[in-house]
Amino acid sequence: MACRRGNEWLFSNLSLDVFSGQIIWLKGHNGRGKTSLLRLITGLATPDKGTINWGQASLRSDFNFREHLVYIGHANGLKDDLTVSESLQFLARLHDRDCSPLAVAGALKCLNMQHRAHALVRTLSQGQRRRVALARLALESEPSLWVLDEPFDALDVDGISVVNRLLLDHAARGGSVLLTSHLALSLDPARVSLIELHHGKSI
Amino acid sequence: MKFNGFLALAARDLRLAWRRPVDIWLPVVFFGVAASLFPFGVGPEPQTLRQIGAGVVWVCALLSTMLAIATLYASDYSDGSLEQMLLSGHSMVVLAAAKALVHWMLTGLPLVLAGPLLGLLFDMSSNGIATLTYTLLLGTPVLSLMGSVGAALTLGLRSGGALLLLIVLPLCIPVLIFGAGAVSAIDVAISPAGHLSILGALLLLALVGAPPAAAAALRISVA
Repeated sequence: MACRRGNEWLFSNLSLDVFSGQIIWLKGHNGRGKTSLLRLITGLATPDKGTINWGQASLRSDFNFREHLVYIGHANGLKDDLTVSESLQFLARLHDRDCSPLAVAGALKCLNMQHRAHALVRTLSQGQRRRVALARLALESEPSLWVLDEPFDALDVDGISVVNRLLLDHAARGGSVLLTSHLALSLDPARVSLIELHHGKSI
Repeated sequence: MKFNGFLALAARDLRLAWRRPVDIWLPVVFFGVAASLFPFGVGPEPQTLRQIGAGVVWVCALLSTMLAIATLYASDYSDGSLEQMLLSGHSMVVLAAAKALVHWMLTGLPLVLAGPLLGLLFDMSSNGIATLTYTLLLGTPVLSLMGSVGAALTLGLRSGGALLLLIVLPLCIPVLIFGAGAVSAIDVAISPAGHLSILGALLLLALVGAPPAAAAALRISVA
């Protein structure tokens, strides 16, 4: 596939497969099109050339793929005037995941955010907001595709460790992860496939 | 499943509005204050007030509705909620309908309730006040629905607020004409049924056309 921003091609002739159980680290300098690629894969944007398939079917014709997709972008998707648990509950309900108070409390506990469950999102630090957004991952039990744009942004060492564990557990149950990160991943290199976007090509 | 997303979004937006009461009060206070200024400007003669009353109320209702419409999708767009809605697997048409419904409940419904008070202020007859209320009940949802399309089209644009008004206000002129016309018909002893029927038809048209148009515009704005 190919993607253009203005008159400049971000990438062209890019071919990428994401298999079950795979963790792919998409790497590249600023402006190389990492976020654009993630948005194309989720269906938020359309490629200028080429197609994206979910299984055998084109993404555009398979309307069920979103049930098997978790996308956490740069923006956390949280509302300042909702509490932490309300925000997570809304996202879970919107995506037809288990939104029971027990499930939400468990997900927050997984990310060590249970003590702020009733705090308004506006009172959280950036790292805490990121943890709440990533707590969605702890609600997942199906081997779905996780598309994560800079998930480790603003996280401390403990937070990174928790997210790493979630990623490995997800891959172990047959799920796939496609993520970008400017930070070096602290996961076992043998478990991670690296794709580097460089001047419009993947290496 | 379809209505799970609808209910979740509507409940969230109502909760958010409850936490930000100024968003609820601002349009209805603006509606009351703006309409109340006209008697000071045109003079207190009851005959004059009766003649201009319905038009003034409708223009103020239109402007009040537009006050809150520009921000309908803005915060969802900036905090990433809109992306999550688009990827939720729920029909964006249904979610756009939920946003428009909550906007009407928070902006249009208070105007419907305040309408009779303004009718008294403009010395309308009891029939005129009742007709004004009916027209507001039928017409304000059209304003919310049309406004939601404009808000989706101008999402993320510079000077989007001004552009929104330029797009939506002309489209709302028929509502203004038939809303005010129904009350004027009462004054000249003509049945307002025709005006109300046309307002009802406009509402049906907006109900069918606006959510899909808003959904399509949102997909383009986010891409």
